[in-house]
Amino acid sequence: MSVLIAVITLSSIAGLFGLVLGYSAIRFRVQGDPVADKIDAILPQTQCGQCSFAGCRPYAEAIAKGEADINRCPPGGTATMLALADLLGVEPKPLAEEHTGEPIKTVVYIDEQTCIGCTLCIQACPVDAILGAAKQMHTVIESECTGCNLCIPPCPVDCIHIMPVKVQPETWRWPLPEHPPGTAPRVSAL
Amino acid sequence: MTEYALILISTIWVNNFLLVKFLGLCPFMGVSRKLETAIGMGMATTFVLTLSAISSSLVNDWILLPLGLEYLRTIMFILVIAVVVQFTEMVVHKTSPLLYNLLGIFLPLITTNCAVLGVALLNVQEKHTFLESAFYGFGAAIGFSLVLVLFAGMRERIRVADVPAIFQGNSIALITAGIMSLAFLGFAGLVK
Amino acid sequence: MTQLSSFHGGLHLAGHKTLSTSQPIATLPIPARLVIPLNQHIGAAGELLVAVGDHVLKGQALTKPVGYVSASVHATSSGTISDIGEYPLPHPSGLSARCVVIDTDGKDEWLPHQGEPSYRLLHAAEIRNRVRHAGVVGLGGATFPTSVKMNPAGQIIDTLIINGAECEPYITCDDMLMRERAKEVILGADILLHALGTAHCIIAIEDNKPDAIAALRAALKAAADDTQLGDIAVIAVPTLYPTGGEKQLIKVLTGKEVPSHGLPAEIGLVMQNVATAAAVYRAICCGEPLISRVVTVTGEAVAHPQNLEVRIGTPISQLIEHCGGYLPANPLPLSARADGSPSPQKGAGRPVSQGDTLIMANRLIMGGPMMGFALQSDELPVTKGCNCLLIQNVPAASAAMPCIRCGECVTVCPASLLPQQLYWHASSKNFDQVQDYHLFDCIECGCCSQVCPSHIPLVQYFRFAKTEIWHQETEKRKADHARVRHDFRSERLEREKREREEALRKKKELLAQKAAAETTSGEDDPKKAAIAAAMERVKAKKEQSESAADSAPGKNA
Repeated sequence: MSVLIAVITLSSIAGLFGLVLGYSAIRFRVQGDPVADKIDAILPQTQCGQCSFAGCRPYAEAIAKGEADINRCPPGGTATMLALADLLGVEPKPLAEEHTGEPIKTVVYIDEQTCIGCTLCIQACPVDAILGAAKQMHTVIESECTGCNLCIPPCPVDCIHIMPVKVQPETWRWPLPEHPPGTAPRVSAL
Repeated sequence: MTEYALILISTIWVNNFLLVKFLGLCPFMGVSRKLETAIGMGMATTFVLTLSAISSSLVNDWILLPLGLEYLRTIMFILVIAVVVQFTEMVVHKTSPLLYNLLGIFLPLITTNCAVLGVALLNVQEKHTFLESAFYGFGAAIGFSLVLVLFAGMRERIRVADVPAIFQGNSIALITAGIMSLAFLGFAGLVK
Repeated sequence: MTQLSSFHGGLHLAGHKTLSTSQPIATLPIPARLVIPLNQHIGAAGELLVAVGDHVLKGQALTKPVGYVSASVHATSSGTISDIGEYPLPHPSGLSARCVVIDTDGKDEWLPHQGEPSYRLLHAAEIRNRVRHAGVVGLGGATFPTSVKMNPAGQIIDTLIINGAECEPYITCDDMLMRERAKEVILGADILLHALGTAHCIIAIEDNKPDAIAALRAALKAAADDTQLGDIAVIAVPTLYPTGGEKQLIKVLTGKEVPSHGLPAEIGLVMQNVATAAAVYRAICCGEPLISRVVTVTGEAVAHPQNLEVRIGTPISQLIEHCGGYLPANPLPLSARADGSPSPQKGAGRPVSQGDTLIMANRLIMGGPMMGFALQSDELPVTKGCNCLLIQNVPAASAAMPCIRCGECVTVCPASLLPQQLYWHASSKNFDQVQDYHLFDCIECGCCSQVCPSHIPLVQYFRFAKTEIWHQETEKRKADHARVRHDFRSERLEREKREREEALRKKKELLAQKAAAETTSGEDDPKKAAIAAAMERVKAKKEQSESAADSAPGKNA
C-alpha cells in the first residue's frame, strides 16, 4: 500500500511540475537568436568566407548554435577570437599557425592596364566595392574594400593585386611600451 | 522578528555556505572570472535557492510528512530543485540571452549545486518553519552571491596583477578563496 | 574674477626658461628649400591648388580648406614648386605624408594682400572665413583650426580666455611673443571677442613671466587709449605645471570644471593661445596668412638657445645651425649612425625611400620635456604645431621597475585620475576598463611619469591605449559599414532573383491564357487562326530570346 502511495504521489507531483514547465516553455519562448547578433557585431565583416561559411552572419549563427569554433576568422585574428571567447565565456582557442599575430589589413587594387572588363570580380565582391561595367575598365573603391580577396580567383587575367593598407600619421598607433621585467600582462591567465 | 534577522546574519556572514560550510564551490570557481557573470549567477542562484527552499519546505510539510513518505525526501527535493532550475533557465534565456550563454553549463548545474540541496535538507534537519525556511534559503543565497561577487572582483584584479609564475591561474584563485574563508571564519566570533 | 581657484595635483618644476629669454626673437634667413606638409592641423587636409613647376609667391595658398574642420596651408616664401610628394613629418611615428616642396628664389616676394584694420566693421562670419583661409590653427601645439573654435554655434560664450600660461619648462616662445608683440596679442584678443560676440576676455599668464605681464598690461593701456577695446584683463596665475592645460587653466580662473568628454564652450568659455591671437590679428588686420611662427630652440646641448621666427617648412637642422649647432661635448648618439659623424642625418628632406633608414637622434625633442616627443632626425620641417625644439643631454632613461602602488601618480594627476589603475588595465589591454577609469580625460601632461619612483613610462601606456581604442572604433565603424553593404547586396541579389522569377511566371501565365483562348474560339475563322498562329510564333521567338537574356547572370545587374 505505502509503495502505491509513494508512486502515486511522486508521479502526480512530477506530472504537475511537467505542466508548469510546459506552460512556461510557451510563455518564455525565445524568438530569434540575439546571441548571433552579438557575435556578428564582433566579427570583422570582411565577408571573406575563410571560416568556410558564406559570410560573417552565417558564421555568427553557427557559433551561436555551437556548430562552429571561435577560432576560424583569420581577418579578425587573435583579438577577435579572444573577444568571442570573452563574450561566450569559453576557453580561447588558438588560430591556425599562419594566422596568429595581428592580421595585416589589406585592400586590393586593379591593374587598370591589364583589366579586360569581364565583370567577374564585380559579381564576386561581397560589398559592391568594385566599380565598372562590361568591357569597361574596373576599379576598386578603396574605402569600401574589406580585403576579403574574393575577387582575385575569378579574375581571368590576374590583374587584381593585394596591397597593405598604408598607415597614415593620423591612423598611426603608439606602440605598447616594453614591460618592466616580471610584469608582463596576462591577458588570458585565468 | 529577531529570529529571522538572526537567520539572515547567520547565513550571510557567520555560516556562509561558500566560505564556512564549503557548499557550492563548483560555480564559485567556475563563474567568478567576470564580475558581470558573477552578478548574473548570483541573481539566478538567489532566485533558485529561495524558491526551492520555499517549495521544498511546502512539499515536506504538506505532502511528505502527512503521507509518511520521509524516505522520499532526497528524490523529491531534487525533483523540486530541477523544476525550479529549469524554470529559471527559461526566464534567463528569455530576459538575458547573453547571461544565459555566459552562465552556460553552470545554469543547469545549479540543480546539482550542493548548496541548494543542502539548504533544503538543512531546513528539514533544523525543523524550520515555512517562514524560517524561506529566510534561511534567501540568506544563504545572499551570502552565496555576496561572496561570489567579491571573489569575482578580486579575480578581475588578480588577472592584471603581478603574480609569480608558479601561482598563476587557479592556484592564486584558490589561495584567495582560502584567505577569504579565513576572513569569514572571523565572523564566528560574533556569536558568543 | 580676482578670486583664483586651483586644480588637483600638479607639479612645481624647474623652469629653465631663462636659457632662451636672454635674446630677442631672431628671424631665420630664407632656407633654400621649404617642405610644407599639406595637413598641419587636426581635421581634413585641404584640396591642393598648385602643381609641380608652378611659381608661387609668399603667402599664396597651397591648399583650400575642405570641410568644416579644416584650414589652408600657404607658401611661406616665393619660389618654384619642385615636388609634391611624401616626406617625413615631425611626428612621433616618423611617418611621411604629402608635402609641397618649394625651391625658394630668395626674393621673398609677397602676394599682394590687404588687411582690414577696422575689424569691427567685419561680420563675425567674415572674420571666421578670413581666419580659416589664412590657415590659422591653435599654435599652443594642438593645431585645432581656430575658425571652428571661433564659432559659438548657438552656445553663449561669456568669457574668452587667452592662454599665455606656458607652463612647460624650457618653452619660452609665447613669453617672448608677449614681450615683443604685446599689441598684436591684445588686438588679436579683441578681434576674437568681436567674432565670438563675447564681452569679457582674460589673458592668463603664469607669474614667472613678469616681463610679459608688464608688456601686455602696458600694451593694453596704450591700445585702450587708441581704440575702443572689449573688457580685457591680464591676470597672473600661480606657476604650477600644467596650469597651461585648457581644463586646468579654466579651473584656476573660474573654478568651473569642463565636463568629461565636453568642450569649454559648454560652460560658456573659449580658450585660445596667445600666439593664435597674434596670428588672428595678422590675418585680419594685415591680411597675412599664417606662414611663420616663433619657435624656441633650447636645451643644455645647443650652443645659443634662443627664440626664432621661423617660416613653416624650414628644416629643423637650419634652426639648430642658426643657434650655433649641437654642443660638441654632447654629441647626438653615435651608436645608431653608420658613419659616426657628429651631426645628425644630412640630406635635406629626401623622400623616404625603401632601405633609407632614419637615424635616431633621441635627444632632439619637439615640444617640451614633459609632453614633447623625440624626433628621429633633424631633416624635418617646422610645422604650425612646433613650439619648441629641445636639445637635451639627458642620461638614458632608467629601466622601468614594477609598480609598487605608492600612489604618487594619483597625488599629482591634474585630471584627478588614477594613473596606476589606468596603467594596469592599459598594459593588459583591458580597453573597456581603461575607459571606465576615464582614460580620455587624461591630458598626457606627464606628471605621473615624472614622479613615478619605478620610472614607468605611464603616459606612453595611455597614448598606446588611446590610439588602440581609436583604432578599434575605426575598425568597428568599417565593419558596420561593410555589414550594411553586404546586407544590401544580398537583399538586392535576392530581389533580382525574385523579379526574374516573377516576370517568367507572368509570361507563362499569359501564354497559357492565350492558348486556352485559341482552343475555344479560334477555329471558326481560318484567317483569324492563321494570324493568331503567326503572332504566336513571333511571341515565342521573343520569349525565347528574352529568357535567354534573363538566364545570362549579371547582365541586368
